[in-house]
Amino acid sequence: MKKWLWFGWIVVSLGLAGYYGYSFFQSENKQNLLIGDASYGHYQIELACSACHTEAFGGQESIQKACVGCHAEELEAAHDSHPKKKFTDPRNADLLAVLDARYCVSCHTEHQQEQTHPMGLTLPKDYCFHCHQDIGEDRESHKNLAFDSCASAGCHNYHDNRALYEDFLLENHQGAWVNALARITSPNAAAKLAPERIPAAQPDFPQQVAQHPDIHSEWSASSHAEAGVSCGGCHSDATTQAWVEKPGIEQCQTCHLNEANSYKAGKHGMRLAQSLSAISPVESHLPFKEQALSQHQGCNSCHGAHKTDTQFAAAQACLGCHNDQHSLAFETSPHGKLLSQAIAGVFPVEQAVTCATCHMPREEKTLMGHKVIQVNHNQNDNLRPNEKMIRPVCMQCHNLSFAIDALADPALIDNNFNGKPSQHIPSIDWARRREAK
Amino acid sequence: MKKAALIATLITTVITLTACKEETEAKAGIDPKVYTDSLFAVMKADRSNYTKLIIQRLGPNGAGAIKPDEHWEDIENGALLPAQMFRAGAEAVATMTDDFTYSLQSLWPINKQNAPKTPAEEAGLKYIAENPGENYYGEETLGDVTYYTAVYPDVAVSPACTGCHNDHKDSPKTDFKIGEVMGGVVIRVPL
Repeated sequence: MKKWLWFGWIVVSLGLAGYYGYSFFQSENKQNLLIGDASYGHYQIELACSACHTEAFGGQESIQKACVGCHAEELEAAHDSHPKKKFTDPRNADLLAVLDARYCVSCHTEHQQEQTHPMGLTLPKDYCFHCHQDIGEDRESHKNLAFDSCASAGCHNYHDNRALYEDFLLENHQGAWVNALARITSPNAAAKLAPERIPAAQPDFPQQVAQHPDIHSEWSASSHAEAGVSCGGCHSDATTQAWVEKPGIEQCQTCHLNEANSYKAGKHGMRLAQSLSAISPVESHLPFKEQALSQHQGCNSCHGAHKTDTQFAAAQACLGCHNDQHSLAFETSPHGKLLSQAIAGVFPVEQAVTCATCHMPREEKTLMGHKVIQVNHNQNDNLRPNEKMIRPVCMQCHNLSFAIDALADPALIDNNFNGKPSQHIPSIDWARRREAK
Repeated sequence: MKKAALIATLITTVITLTACKEETEAKAGIDPKVYTDSLFAVMKADRSNYTKLIIQRLGPNGAGAIKPDEHWEDIENGALLPAQMFRAGAEAVATMTDDFTYSLQSLWPINKQNAPKTPAEEAGLKYIAENPGENYYGEETLGDVTYYTAVYPDVAVSPACTGCHNDHKDSPKTDFKIGEVMGGVVIRVPL
């Protein structure tokens, strides 16, 4: 009897070891190794374990390297108020013993989805308190404020305070709540860089051209035709020059490299950056339209294959999938009405407000020696915390006070800014009162 | 037999002497005071040069080509204030080595995070303020590491220093004069 027990134990142990060994070393699907669902910001790539766990025994440092590998650039652009380098001085040893601010995971724990904050990551409530608990002594206005209210919408952010610091509030406290409609500069990065990026030799595919006169006609009116990108420019493999029936991001990024990189940094494209299959709305936690659930995200999901209609991509494409209150309210919102008027020719389309105006803003950059205007295709870049939108987006047309109040009003965000903010954030008033003293 | 004993004695002597030499060499490492004094000399030279040769010469009091400002990242041609430049150096060094750290602190800081926190910082900043021209040297244990801590006076070298601090709404002291100690440079070396 004892022998059989031993035999059974060995068989079960070997079976388990084999199963997990296969999952770890061989299987593409590592679902059974997950210790808990990842946060809303990372669940798309939770099966690409090595994206974060770069070394088997690297510990906290290797995880930190992975965080920085993806997020360093955006933190630097945000003039991060609390970079690691501010905490490495030994004089902070007592503070680090309570909250080790040198590591992202001290606040943003992963695989604990049940603790996920509305911003899509885990976040303790008292992280400001430990270092700034005496702020009431310096700021009369801050006396008796709740310990977890520092990062309430409109006041402070841990990383990005570009629109919230005191001198900025003072410099921008004036102005009507809405100014004249800004004329958004048209993107020109692809056009300016085209001569250097379009391959000199593009293979000809006369047979396919002859088979699809309707597609050829659509292409003829597109910006691709204008820039000299023929069928072979997209429908070919860069190495073999062979026909590619359905070009993917590999072909698009030959010319639109920076757009593709920003796309792969956001939720739409982050799976592609990890060599996983493109994301599909069915995998998301957000509400999506029934017919869109099984579609896979790619450049063509918004831009169309041959028309390259950026006006469609800027709003209708988004509304074709997204089914949340904010999206559903767009067309009847003041912003949506402006878009309808622009389409009807009442004013130039550059003055319309689309989904992309706010969520994929245009940015000035210097690329390959050219000053260009480029669309940031990472729609998550300015989404959370939403005060990131204040300077590059809202203040194009609105004053600072309105922008702060509006972004702090969840009901107003839900109805896509159809009305006025229901509350006033007093930060500008406090700053002015202190200045007057 | 005798020959073997002689060889063994010689070998033992050589090993002992070599070990002693290594020990002596280890003990003869640079004196922490000389080390921190030398570091401070470099820091002071760079800080004075930046203030005089860049900010004074190219700023509003000179050619007007740059705009020194606390929020330099937010303005065109913005330049770091001398104190910010000093901190930027300290932060950059911290990414390169753990062999020493340094920071700029004051008994009258504009940013309260730069007020003294440890007993050694408190004692050092008080000492250099009360004894102009002198430095403070001590030891302290932070976390589980013991440090040699040196505090050097940071003296107002130009009207830009006194003007900015005296006019700033967050400055607890508004009557600084040129030549006065405004704060201190704290250098720490783990022992």
